[in-house]
Amino acid sequence: MSPADPPRPPAPQGVAQSRADAPALLTVRGLQKSFGTTRVLESIDLTVNRGTVLALIGPSGSGKTTILRCLNGLDLADGGTIDVAGYATLTFDPAPGKKQLTTLRDRSAMVFQHYNLFPHKTVLENVIEGPVIVQKRNRAEVTAEALALLDRVGLTEKKDSYPFELSGGQQQRVGIVRALALRPQLLLFDEPTSALDPELVGDVLRLIKELATEGWTMVIVTHELEFAREVASEIAFVDGGTIVEHGAPKDLLRNPREERTRQFLHRLLFPF
Amino acid sequence: MNESSWELFVSSLGPLVLGAITGTIPLALSSFAIGLVLALALALMRLSRQRWISNIARVYISLVRGTPLLVQLYVIFYGLPSLGIVLDYWPSAIIAFSINVGGYAAEVIRAAILSVPKGQWEAAYMVGMSRSRTLSRIILPQAARVSVPPLSNTFISLVKDTSLASLVLVTELFREAEQIAAFSQEFMLIYLEAALVYWVICLVLSTGQGFLEKRLDRYVAR
Ligand SMILES: Nc1ncnc2c1ncn2[C@@H]1O[C@H](COP(=O)(O)OP(=O)(O)OP(=O)(O)O)[C@@H](O)[C@H]1O
Ligand SMILES: [Mg+2]
Repeated sequence: MSPADPPRPPAPQGVAQSRADAPALLTVRGLQKSFGTTRVLESIDLTVNRGTVLALIGPSGSGKTTILRCLNGLDLADGGTIDVAGYATLTFDPAPGKKQLTTLRDRSAMVFQHYNLFPHKTVLENVIEGPVIVQKRNRAEVTAEALALLDRVGLTEKKDSYPFELSGGQQQRVGIVRALALRPQLLLFDEPTSALDPELVGDVLRLIKELATEGWTMVIVTHELEFAREVASEIAFVDGGTIVEHGAPKDLLRNPREERTRQFLHRLLFPF
Repeated sequence: MNESSWELFVSSLGPLVLGAITGTIPLALSSFAIGLVLALALALMRLSRQRWISNIARVYISLVRGTPLLVQLYVIFYGLPSLGIVLDYWPSAIIAFSINVGGYAAEVIRAAILSVPKGQWEAAYMVGMSRSRTLSRIILPQAARVSVPPLSNTFISLVKDTSLASLVLVTELFREAEQIAAFSQEFMLIYLEAALVYWVICLVLSTGQGFLEKRLDRYVAR
C-alpha cells in the first residue's frame, strides 16, 4: 500500500486544492516546549515535503522524541505552529482545543521505540483497533486491508498471536502496520530499531526503506547513520532543543558546517 | 465425637448452609458488585487531574479504611434512623458493606491502573482514542488482570466480614450458628461447624480466582 492508493476523500477544489498540492506536507514554525521550568525545545523550524523523509539525529536528551510527540499531539507544545497537510494551522500559544489536537493526531501516525502494542489484543486486533473503533470504518474492509499489510511484512501466520508471542522485530513490524492502517499522511518513527537485537534490525529498516521508496512522508529519529544516509532526503541535527543544522545527507554527514555536529558524528562513528 | 454430637452436627449443617445460601453469599455478592462500581468511580476520581475531585475520593477512602467496619455498620444501622432515614436490615447491611468494599477496592483498582505502562496510553492516543475510550478498551482490561488477586482477597475478606451482620440481626450463616449454639449449648461444635462452612466457601472462591487468572493470562507470557 502506498500513500497514494488508499481511497481518501478527494482533495477539495479551489484554494484548498492548491494548498493540498503544495509540496510541504509538514511545516513547523518556532515550536517551543518546556517541562516545568526546563526548556526542552527552544524554537524548532521544520519543513517536510510530500513524499520525502526527514531524519532527526542528535545526542540523548536533545529533544528528538519531544519533537515527534509534539507533532503527534502526545505532548502539547507551548508555542509555535504546526501545519500538517495544509489543513488548519495549529497554534500553540494559546493552547489549541481538543478538537484541533485530534485533527493533528489524525494526520500522523507514530511508531514507538518500544512498540507499545496492546498486549491483550491479537496482532490483527492491534492493527484494526484504530480504523474500526476510532475511525468507524467498515470492519470487513479494514480487516482485509490489515491482512494485506500483514502479508506484506510476512506476518500473516501471526495474525491471531498475542504480542508476547512475537520477537521484537515482529512486534515492531506490527507497530508499523498498525500505523499504516490508520492511513496517515505522515509517519513518525522514534528510534524504531534501537530496542531490537542487532540481527533483527535489518528487517525493520528494510521495511521502512520500502515505505520511503513508495512515497510515504516520514520523520524518523534514528542513530543508524548509514540508514539515515540511504533513506533520508534530509537530515537535521538536533542539539539542546534546537535544530543546529540540516541538509542533504551527503552534505551533513560528510561536511557538517557546525562544530557540534562534527563532534556528535565523530562520537557516533568512533564510540571509544 | 459421640453419637448425639454427630447428630447435632448433621442436623445443623442444613440450617447453616441455608444461612450461607440465603444470607452470607447474596450479601457478599451484592455488596461486592456495588462496591466494585463504587471503587472504580473512586479510583478514577483519585486519578483525576482536578484536585478537588481527587481529594473527595482521598477523604472517602481514608475514612473507610481508618474506621472499624463494625462502627460503619452501626452508623448505618442505628445512626441513620436517628436522622430519620429508616431502612430495612438487608439494604442497610448491603449499603454498609458496599461502602466499605468501595474504599478498599478503590486503592486496588487505582494501583492496577497505574501499573499499566504509560506507553499504552500513548499508543491508544496515537490511534486516535479519547481518554475514556483508552480507559475502557486499553487500560482497564490490562488493569483487570493485575487486580484479580488483590480483589479476590478483598472479596474473601468480605465473605467473612458479613458475619458482623449477625450483630445487626441480619439472618445469615453466623446468626444461624449463634441461635443453634445458644439452643443446644454446644458452642465449640457449632462454631467450629460454622467456621468450616466459611472455609469451604472461601476455598471455592480461591479456586474461582485461579480460573479467572488463567483466563486473563492468555495474553501474558507464562
Ligand atoms: N515528561 C517529561 N517531563 C520532564 N522532562 C522531560 C519529559 N520528557 C522529556 N523530558 C526531558 O526533555 C529532554 C528531551 O527529551 P527527549 O526524550 O525529547 O530527548 P531525545 O532526544 O529523544 O533523547 P534520546 O536520544 O535519549 O531518546 C530531556 O532532557 C528529558 O529529560
Ligand atoms: Mg528519544
